[in-house]
Amino acid sequence: MSALDTYLTALAGDGLISFSSQLDASLHFDVSLAEVEAAILELGLCPARYQRNRQTISSAGQLALLRSRVAVIGCGGLGGYVIEELARLGVGRIEAVDPDLFEEHNLNRQLLATIADLGEYKVTAAARRVGEINPAVMLVPHRLAFGAGNGSELLAGATVVVDALDNITTRFELAAVCRELGIPLVHGAIAGWYGQVTTQLAGDDISGYLSGAGAGAKGVETQLGNPSFTPAVVASLQVAEACKVILGMGEPISGRMLICNLLEMEFEEIRL
Amino acid sequence: MQVTVKLFASFRTGRTPIEVCEYPPGTTVADVVAEKGVPVGEIGIMLVNCRHVHLDRELADGDLLAIFPLLGGG
Repeated sequence: MSALDTYLTALAGDGLISFSSQLDASLHFDVSLAEVEAAILELGLCPARYQRNRQTISSAGQLALLRSRVAVIGCGGLGGYVIEELARLGVGRIEAVDPDLFEEHNLNRQLLATIADLGEYKVTAAARRVGEINPAVMLVPHRLAFGAGNGSELLAGATVVVDALDNITTRFELAAVCRELGIPLVHGAIAGWYGQVTTQLAGDDISGYLSGAGAGAKGVETQLGNPSFTPAVVASLQVAEACKVILGMGEPISGRMLICNLLEMEFEEIRL
Repeated sequence: MQVTVKLFASFRTGRTPIEVCEYPPGTTVADVVAEKGVPVGEIGIMLVNCRHVHLDRELADGDLLAIFPLLGGG
């Protein structure tokens, strides 16, 4: 057993290691907080922040989350909630991709948008937020637009990709790159009171369901806008999917699409 | 022939969400869309009897046609 393991084992009275102990261990042994977190989980112990995860996610599962890498494409309405939930869940590395700055019209729904952050790059605010929530988790900011040209590079090494984009053209490109690389993609899209979620696993092809009967790059969100609650609902469904795919638990929504109507509170599942 | 037309989400505004309609043989999905006044550019998924179809699909007696708007926001 390493000196770090001995130190951690001696601290864990009830199987939990507090954040302050995690910090002390990091300083004392000159290792990163992420490495301390991994050592705790490898010992079958639990960082105290995850004690309410324990009945849902085992130590081995928590370690798998820590060692996973999730690419979040788009850091607006969906992306803000997705990043928040992934960081709290304990996903070790989040690749956040978005070229935009926060503007005032983002304040109605985008979790990471604050008055102080207007004019700030969304990925910069995301990195700061994740650092505040869980310094054992790393968010890598990519201040650029996803496209067919840079897609393979941005997604390389990702365990799962989350589609939090705001246009259909780029969604097509994202779904195509994910198919090419064989990386699971959790798709979400919103407009007004309505949202949809599906997961493209290796071998699936969701592209036929992303576009419309016309040739537009935008959907009815151009008329309906996006209120605060719809991105929160759809993003949470997406993170549940990402978590299941990483852990190999449950039934991902592959070959199916969930369509949410929050106005009439109807949830339709369609077969793809 | 009779076709059940089910509209979803924003397409319900000002329209009947679900109704059984009478159409002549040879009617396509595009004909129904035009008759209901649903803008083609706003349409996302269209299903006939739970199967994904395109506008040129010819309908048959007893079909269930479901039309969803295109969602693209994030």
